[in-house]
Amino acid sequence: MFSKFDVIETIEMIEKEHLDIRTVTMGISLLSCIRASAKETAQAVYDLVCRKAERLVPTADALSGEYGIPIVNKRVSVTPVSLITAAFPSESALVGAALDRAAKQLGIDFLGGYSALVHKGTADYEEQFLATIPEVLASTERLCSSVNVGSSKSGINMDAVRTMGEIVLKTAQLTKEQDGLGCAKLVVFCNAVEDNPFMAGAFHGVGEADTVINVGVSGPGVVQHALKFIPDADLTDAAELIKRTAFKITRAGQLIAKEAAKRLGARFGIVDLSLAPTPARGDSVAHILEELGLEVVGCHGTTAALAMLNDAVKKGGVMASSRVGGLSGAFIPVSEDIGMIESATAGAITLEKLEAMTCVCSVGLDMIAIPGDTPATTISAIIADEAAIGMVNNKTTAVRVIPAPSKKVGDEVSFGGLLGRAPVMPVHTGDGGKFIRRGGLIPAPIHSFKN
Amino acid sequence: MRAVLTVTGSDRCGIIATVSVYLYEHKVNIEDISQTILGDQFAMIMMVDTSRSTVEFAQLGKELTELGEKIGMTVRLQHADIFDAMHNV
Repeated sequence: MFSKFDVIETIEMIEKEHLDIRTVTMGISLLSCIRASAKETAQAVYDLVCRKAERLVPTADALSGEYGIPIVNKRVSVTPVSLITAAFPSESALVGAALDRAAKQLGIDFLGGYSALVHKGTADYEEQFLATIPEVLASTERLCSSVNVGSSKSGINMDAVRTMGEIVLKTAQLTKEQDGLGCAKLVVFCNAVEDNPFMAGAFHGVGEADTVINVGVSGPGVVQHALKFIPDADLTDAAELIKRTAFKITRAGQLIAKEAAKRLGARFGIVDLSLAPTPARGDSVAHILEELGLEVVGCHGTTAALAMLNDAVKKGGVMASSRVGGLSGAFIPVSEDIGMIESATAGAITLEKLEAMTCVCSVGLDMIAIPGDTPATTISAIIADEAAIGMVNNKTTAVRVIPAPSKKVGDEVSFGGLLGRAPVMPVHTGDGGKFIRRGGLIPAPIHSFKN
Repeated sequence: MRAVLTVTGSDRCGIIATVSVYLYEHKVNIEDISQTILGDQFAMIMMVDTSRSTVEFAQLGKELTELGEKIGMTVRLQHADIFDAMHNV
């Protein structure tokens, strides 16, 4: 049973502190859609996705009404498309366009899975698939793409890292009228997970069941608000409070995930225990760190505060959910977090500090605008650094940078909505080109040999 | 279905009467009722059983919200499971 104070607390979390279910994502296997031609495959993909996810939006809206908690995004993730189009890779765009049409038909904002897994080597069909990414992202609206270039078990495919630097740059150039928006829909991973419900990096792994519901929760505002009540507590007590708060947030996600799966005739996959910010004030991960006692996010102490926050969120969340997965941790996207935007605009946080922060939290260098004239090899080098952090530390890392066309340090890019806005941040101008051009595979670290 | 009905706003005459007449007319049973303060506002919290309701749950919630708007109050009807889930281990 619960008390009237519990009722009031939940209502205040939802109405004043931005507690919401960030996404209900349906994972759909496309393996049964492979046909003899790209055209037939595209049609089969469109039909299957529209049929499986037909009731996703109305069901999520009904759940939101019954439980009185907003479900912000309804999304779909699919099997990496490179596997579906392996027999006709140069025509992969047809499947991409079909998925984009399906997303519009379903009324969902993003569909993820225009993806390839090349962490140990790039097959010929994958090479051709990767080449289609820039034009597909420029010609579609809601389709998201991700590429896994490394893993703790396999090492880092530096040939793919080199290619991805060029693809990121080309994607920005093809979407230059929108400040390089295409790059906001493209993630380069190390240790990508197969059950991530969050975009742009969601795809439905081949080890997954046929149709799965994965849920991402949110609630940085709730954590920040809770911490306001203990301004002088030591960090042990602060961690404990974050843990308890994360428990409550996650329980709401677990409830919605199980109920959504039941109503949609899908399996309950996982709850992703995440603190996902939005550009709205009062919904910022950066502001939690500042609430803990940092003058501005990015100053010395930020990495330690984030490590504590990330760990406490996981501990509370694991206790609350029977099935945990996805990325699970605090997200630190620059353009999607008002505290990060302000700190970056003031020059108080740098790319190097963000890189350090990614060692201790979920994901990686996310939604960061860099100068439009950044060389492809420098973007590749940024990807390589981030992948190395993921590989050595057995965690997922990712890069989603936007080389904003014609923009320089100090300019701003604006994507609107949840994608937010970001100042263009400086990158190191030293040249890592020769290192990138060497190619090959960075071998897996010694501690990966656990068999 | 067990649900929680909350009514918040500035205190005034007839809030409980208005809401409970509506519930009576739609065969929704009030199991418990209490009141407290939410920020600087009056808050009434009812535990209700909607299993014999004459209208669907979603419609019930919609009509109660509209009823609230007429009397200048915010009315929410939520499935009780969300509170159970968030506040019990």
